[in-house]
Amino acid sequence: MTDSTAKKNGALRLAELLGERVHAMVLDLGAIFTLFLQVVSSAVRPPSEFRNIVKQMEEVGIRSMPVVLVTATFTGMVLALQSYSGFQRFGATSFVGSVVALSITRELGPVFAGLMVSGRVGASMAAELGTMKVTEQIDALITLATNPVKYLVVPRVVAATIVLPILVVFADLLGIIGGYFVSVYLMGANPYVYMSKTYQYLEFKDIYTGLIKASVFGMLIALISCHHGFVAQGGAEGVGRATTRAVVASSMMVLISDYFMTSFMF
Amino acid sequence: MIAIRDLSKAFGKKVVLDDLELTVPRGKNTVVIGGSGTGKSVLIKCAMGLIRPDAGEIRIDGQDILRMDEQELVRIRRRFGMLFQGAALFDSMDVGDNVAFALRRLKMVPEGHIREVVEEKLSMVGLRDIQRLMPAELSGGMKKRVGLARAIASEPDILLYDEPTTGLDPIMADVINDLIISLRETLGVTSITITHDMASAYKIADQIAMLYKGKIIEVGRPEEIRTTSNPVVAQFVQGRAHGPITDESEEFVRFVSR
Repeated sequence: MTDSTAKKNGALRLAELLGERVHAMVLDLGAIFTLFLQVVSSAVRPPSEFRNIVKQMEEVGIRSMPVVLVTATFTGMVLALQSYSGFQRFGATSFVGSVVALSITRELGPVFAGLMVSGRVGASMAAELGTMKVTEQIDALITLATNPVKYLVVPRVVAATIVLPILVVFADLLGIIGGYFVSVYLMGANPYVYMSKTYQYLEFKDIYTGLIKASVFGMLIALISCHHGFVAQGGAEGVGRATTRAVVASSMMVLISDYFMTSFMF
Repeated sequence: MIAIRDLSKAFGKKVVLDDLELTVPRGKNTVVIGGSGTGKSVLIKCAMGLIRPDAGEIRIDGQDILRMDEQELVRIRRRFGMLFQGAALFDSMDVGDNVAFALRRLKMVPEGHIREVVEEKLSMVGLRDIQRLMPAELSGGMKKRVGLARAIASEPDILLYDEPTTGLDPIMADVINDLIISLRETLGVTSITITHDMASAYKIADQIAMLYKGKIIEVGRPEEIRTTSNPVVAQFVQGRAHGPITDESEEFVRFVSR
């Protein structure tokens, strides 16, 4: 008797918990979409945020460059290593170059850059805006006749949207070079064959769809991270929580939106 | 003049402001006193439009700010300046840029004159030659004074002070009190101060209002409040541990633990 009620309560609580989580997630998505609309509507109004956008482009772009490039190089290298030993089994090692080039430009370049930027930039945006929120600096902006969305969120979203594709161009390049070095110098592939196979199957579409994806990732990362910063409350602990949420949510969003964009574009 | 009528605000089930009424006369300093967590901050954040109340009206010279759209609200906010409890200086900018923020944003002063104007505002709060310092390098009292300089930079005619003396030593607290008085005298600003520091309240107030359980339960001149017959107000201003305010919570504690 008591056992069955306990079980029922357990199941009910689980359902309740699940419902709460889903409810919170839907609310978050709604708030992020609202933020997006506010960004679009306030971006066009004066004064121009040009200086802040440039500052954020430096923060998002130049400072993320090393980590993105290292990630891309090693991704290209390991990809070459793996596909070489795999393709050896059916004697198709000459296609390693094509596989590396296609995987990097279409998928791995943008996604890994997105994930690294989620971790680095998403965390810093959420922490900075969260700290500003809990120390009333965002309220102070409003009292100084400044719209915080326009002043803080617009530059970050615009900068991330512009800069991520640029990062990915370099990531693509270094990924392919990394793959080339491993194939040619470690696996003894013919450099001429490798390069010609790289070019042969690579279309311009592979590159630009990757860059479009990167642009969307940048926008999503900035929007999500700014949202979590804006709703932070409760001192240092709250800022920490906001930062964690921002990184987790934006990394997941990168992977989820990647699937849907890929299925639409190819 | 600021007239607040029937102002109500609840966070979830917790009612913070309950049909609150308060009139703030022009050119005078109105001090709102009340215990911690009684909704003093919520009250002035509503007045500034930072928090949207559930019901009521807040009229600034007859215009109700709660019926305004975003554009009108931005325009009316230019008439306000606010000093935050923790000063809320932008810690990514130096002192000069903090004070100049609204001047640059609203293009009130040509860029070439900014430094002069900022120096003048800083001298009004008794500071000089600190424009290049970062907020992290300042003491608590200096931060508040810079916050005050930033609030008055765009020459508002309404100033809101959120616990201006909290966390300062008695001497620095009195420096801030003197500043508040001199700003009222020299600039003729209307101000609302919220505090639980009675020494400061008696010194700076033209009118004191006591906030208790979401309502203003008494309004009067400082001497009237000092000699009030209302037992709740008397307990608060005299700072006694026993009285109607604490009795009620003791009853509540007894009720819960029963």
